[in-house]
Amino acid sequence: MKASHVSVPAWVTIGVVPVVNIAMALFLSGLIILLIGENPIDAVQLIFIGAFGYDEAIGYTLYYTTNFIFTGLAVAIAFHAMLFNIGGEGQAYIGGLGIGLAILAFDHTLPFWLMLPIMLSAGALFGAAWAFIPAWAQAYRGSHIVITTIMFNFIASALMVYLLVNVLVEPGNMSPETREFLPSGHLPFMHEVFAWFGIAITKSPLNISIFWALICCVLLWFYIWRTRWGYALRTVGHSERAAVYAGIRPQRVIVITMCISGALAGFVGINELAGVQHRLLLNFTAGYGFTGIAVSLMGRNHPLGIVLASLLFGILYQGGAELAFEMPKISREMVVTIQGLVILFSGALAYMSEPWVARAYTFVALGLTQQRAGEA
Amino acid sequence: MREFSSLIGVAALLVSVSSSNAADFKPAVVFDMGGKFDQSFNEGIFNGVEKFKKESGISYREFEVTNETQREQALRKMAQRGSDPIIGVGFAQAPALEIVAKEFPKQRFTLIDMVVDLPNVQSVVFKEHEGSFLVGMMAAMKSETGKVGFVGGMDIPLIRRFACGYEQGAKHANAKVEVIQNMTGNTPAAWNDPGRGSELAKGQFDRGVDVVFAAAGGTGSGVYQAAKDAGKFAIGVDSNQNHLHPGTMLTSMVKRVDVAAYNSFDTAHKGGWTPGIQVLGLAEGGVDYAMDEHNANLVSSKMRSAVDKAKADIIAGKLKVHDYMSDNSCSM
Repeated sequence: MKASHVSVPAWVTIGVVPVVNIAMALFLSGLIILLIGENPIDAVQLIFIGAFGYDEAIGYTLYYTTNFIFTGLAVAIAFHAMLFNIGGEGQAYIGGLGIGLAILAFDHTLPFWLMLPIMLSAGALFGAAWAFIPAWAQAYRGSHIVITTIMFNFIASALMVYLLVNVLVEPGNMSPETREFLPSGHLPFMHEVFAWFGIAITKSPLNISIFWALICCVLLWFYIWRTRWGYALRTVGHSERAAVYAGIRPQRVIVITMCISGALAGFVGINELAGVQHRLLLNFTAGYGFTGIAVSLMGRNHPLGIVLASLLFGILYQGGAELAFEMPKISREMVVTIQGLVILFSGALAYMSEPWVARAYTFVALGLTQQRAGEA
Repeated sequence: MREFSSLIGVAALLVSVSSSNAADFKPAVVFDMGGKFDQSFNEGIFNGVEKFKKESGISYREFEVTNETQREQALRKMAQRGSDPIIGVGFAQAPALEIVAKEFPKQRFTLIDMVVDLPNVQSVVFKEHEGSFLVGMMAAMKSETGKVGFVGGMDIPLIRRFACGYEQGAKHANAKVEVIQNMTGNTPAAWNDPGRGSELAKGQFDRGVDVVFAAAGGTGSGVYQAAKDAGKFAIGVDSNQNHLHPGTMLTSMVKRVDVAAYNSFDTAHKGGWTPGIQVLGLAEGGVDYAMDEHNANLVSSKMRSAVDKAKADIIAGKLKVHDYMSDNSCSM
């Protein structure tokens, strides 16, 4: 068998396999859409026009993308140490609490350029603190991190409701929300940034936090693959015993990794609260922490893959809403089904199509080499 | 950047096309997170607009939001398509509706369950504490153990307003009554958790409760089932739920969001739609307790006359029901 001599290059596993997976998911979604009596080609078109067709849509798509990058990165770094952080939702929630408290405390006195580092540190600190407790319990007491982080999601949500309903609520406000942040606590919207340069784009929730998300991607890539700590982290992920043998203390690595993970999740609050809502409110995390797991899986736990996967989920969120708007027969549950299929094929069944794609590649590659051999 | 400006051109064109069609009647509704089939608040709105559709033959545009930011997006999109009037469902849509209503001053908006003060906005709010007061009285009079229960949905001020009114009503009927309260949860999942609702109700029955009021959306169905299984009484909420378990459902605290939604479309269509605040309490028929053939023999004439007297007193202003949301406390 000569086939074993042809190695499958990285661009096939990283580039082609995900595209095949998404194509399968869309095909199955198309069948379902056909079943309820709508045209699947039109539906796919509506999703893409809805996500990219006009500048407001692009703004919304990228705004969702920003959240997914933060939570996707949070899951990814933990995954490299073989820690399954299901607590992104709670860490984002508590990170947002930190951001909200910081802004409420200082927006009267400090200007924006001083507020920005304070917000970022507060979000990172609170998110990290919320991840620290399960991390410590995992590292030193052996409590399983999946169970503890899930439970911490519930504790976070209970804590936030208590605080917002009883303590932080703006007096006289019907819904449990704090007062609106003063302008020094607002991140500039992209339409405002563009306006400084004299370019008019339509209002959308997209704000400058997307730049911070991209910076985080680069920083994380550098941390995991270019630093001593990242090396220790990957070693623990591959084999804890080997790490101990190499003089690495896995307990410390687990705690540090989870704290970074929690800090990244906490930045969702930067986009949502300082960027868009301009107040602290309930449920602003809206499931982004959980979707981050799928984003990270689909992005193969690599920052570049996560950016692409986040963009795909941004498209599905924004284009999906547009689809529900344009096709009355397609309810929001249908949209969730399509999103679920994409997650299923790109996340859970990610490796299902890999052997087929590899075989197809080998077949084509072999054919070409034989052809060339024949010509020569 | 050329793409951007050309896209703006396209968008502007779309807007101008839609506003030139604004002559036809194109109503729209933006449902909130619960979804239009939540068996409760959103579904009440849905029933109201469906009734309008059936009577007039005019269909409406609709959207169900799935996260916070979609509210403003959906309302704006409706407005851009020239929809008029546009119903915003639920207090949480108020900030978004305020922004969009300012951008489209010529179109009419109706907001249900919250107030936005703009010349093109009609705000409809309800005095849930008044309706809860009446069913609280009824619960206390029906109870043989002197203990009545309350199961709330998500722990938010609005639900505490229900609980507070209920407690006042129960104490008004029987000063010695004990009111046991539970909230189902702290997340929106609490609106649709019948299993937990059932457990909470059973817990209250074990402590001696024999009438329970559920203000918990879809969670209520578990509460009612538990009451039926244990041979106790339950009180429904929002829509008339008496028919669910005849013999178990003592009454329902109805909140006529369906009427509010129907009226918005109907008056906008026929003329007579007015902006401003409508506060619908007992006097306006916005809230009430429900009587029909399903609960007729559960409610004695003595109970009815006492409740009707309190209702008349509240309408006349002789009896004041404290509103939890006026000071975020239920101290009486």
